[in-house]
Amino acid sequence: MLNERPVIEVRHARKSYGAVEVLRDVSLKVRKGEIVAIIGPSGSGKSTLLRAINNLDPLTGGEVWLEDTQVNEALPPRRYEAHINRVRQDIGMVFQHFNLFPHLSVRGNITLAPMMLKGIGRKEADELAEQQLARVGLSDRVDFMPSQLSGGQKQRVAIARALAMKPKVMLFDEATSALDPELVEEVNLVMKQLAEEHMTMIIVTHEMGFAQDVCDRVLFMDRGLVVEQGPPDVVFRQPRHERTRAFLRKHLQLRD
Amino acid sequence: MGFDFAVVVPYLGSLFQGAVWTVIVTCAGGALSLAGGVVFAVAALYAPWPVRWGIKGFLWLFRGTPLLLQLFLIYFGLVEIGIDLDAFAAGILGLGLHYATYNADVIQAGILAVDRGQMEAGRTLGLSQGQTLRKIIVPQALRDMAPPLGNNMIALLKDSALVSVIGVAELTLSAQLAISQTFRPFEFYATAGVFYYVINLGLEAILGRIERRTQVAR
Repeated sequence: MLNERPVIEVRHARKSYGAVEVLRDVSLKVRKGEIVAIIGPSGSGKSTLLRAINNLDPLTGGEVWLEDTQVNEALPPRRYEAHINRVRQDIGMVFQHFNLFPHLSVRGNITLAPMMLKGIGRKEADELAEQQLARVGLSDRVDFMPSQLSGGQKQRVAIARALAMKPKVMLFDEATSALDPELVEEVNLVMKQLAEEHMTMIIVTHEMGFAQDVCDRVLFMDRGLVVEQGPPDVVFRQPRHERTRAFLRKHLQLRD
Repeated sequence: MGFDFAVVVPYLGSLFQGAVWTVIVTCAGGALSLAGGVVFAVAALYAPWPVRWGIKGFLWLFRGTPLLLQLFLIYFGLVEIGIDLDAFAAGILGLGLHYATYNADVIQAGILAVDRGQMEAGRTLGLSQGQTLRKIIVPQALRDMAPPLGNNMIALLKDSALVSVIGVAELTLSAQLAISQTFRPFEFYATAGVFYYVINLGLEAILGRIERRTQVAR
């Protein structure tokens, strides 16, 4: 077990926009089945780190690995394009604003990529869509258009869409931040259920309660660095760094 | 003296034939202008920079010069380098390319108006840029583009009269031929005008239907 290759490994990630350094030497290993939360103030680089993992925001320096494939391998543009498209099939991502395809039905949203990329037929794709929708509790919405769904339902469809690619890891970029408070729970429940199924997940979140309940490990980031990491009980109850303490104080107050 | 529309009656058949050619030229030119518009728009937005700037220069040239001149260039000019198109093909090519440049503008704006998250969502699933454009971005952009593209199609229909000058026997040229035999310009031009108007009504009805359909998926 100890020698098993991590599903995701980030080595010495650096990212700057001009003179602004968003990530300054961040490293991260995520084992199979592990659930990692990334918390921190806005502008700390947590979303950038997450988006670097599937190269939506390319790093300026450092390496990202998915098992034994280097995600940001230096290749000529055309070969890199083919490479990254293949790699991304194995990395599911869920966005803050859902980004469902509004011109396609729920079914169409889920089946589009598997049909185009995995060469499966209409019938098999429809079955896949039904399976994944059942997983997020939305079997009865298969023929709806995204505009007919609530925010929470949209996000659950977005999760089903990502799951339909059978990814090795799921990235959540503030998946519940855009939701009305009463809709957050249904999305959290789906994520908890994925946790029970031992899906490997990296979750950028503002919800300390969720991070504490569900995650195996919490990373606190500030100003482009991982300030502190460890099991949620340790990070939340006995944070070692003043910056972590200040951040948690502010957040726990807000929650009361 | 006075107008006498009775002279038109024996020529209605040939005018109708001309009108059919006008519809054919408009449909073919329109299809070319839409396909060309998509290609130019995507190239102007996403191609590597040498191609991008080449396309932009071409668009700028084609928009900045008269369609009539372009038709002459394509029909009479290209013969010099061995490209001898018949009038029909040259007319469709000229109309299609000219309006493709206008459509490209509309399509570019439509693509840029689609939320950036849509491209990210497509790419994240593993789709290529081209696949995402085709399946996700362009269909949504079409929704905003339908009305202005429809206007371009109506303008194209009216400008199809210009291909009469290179000898395509469409509606305007049919009217002119009749006039050269009867010396009754007003009657024939007015009748041709009515034909154009009727074709336009049909086109607008089709466009209206397309617009309604594209609005549904919002």
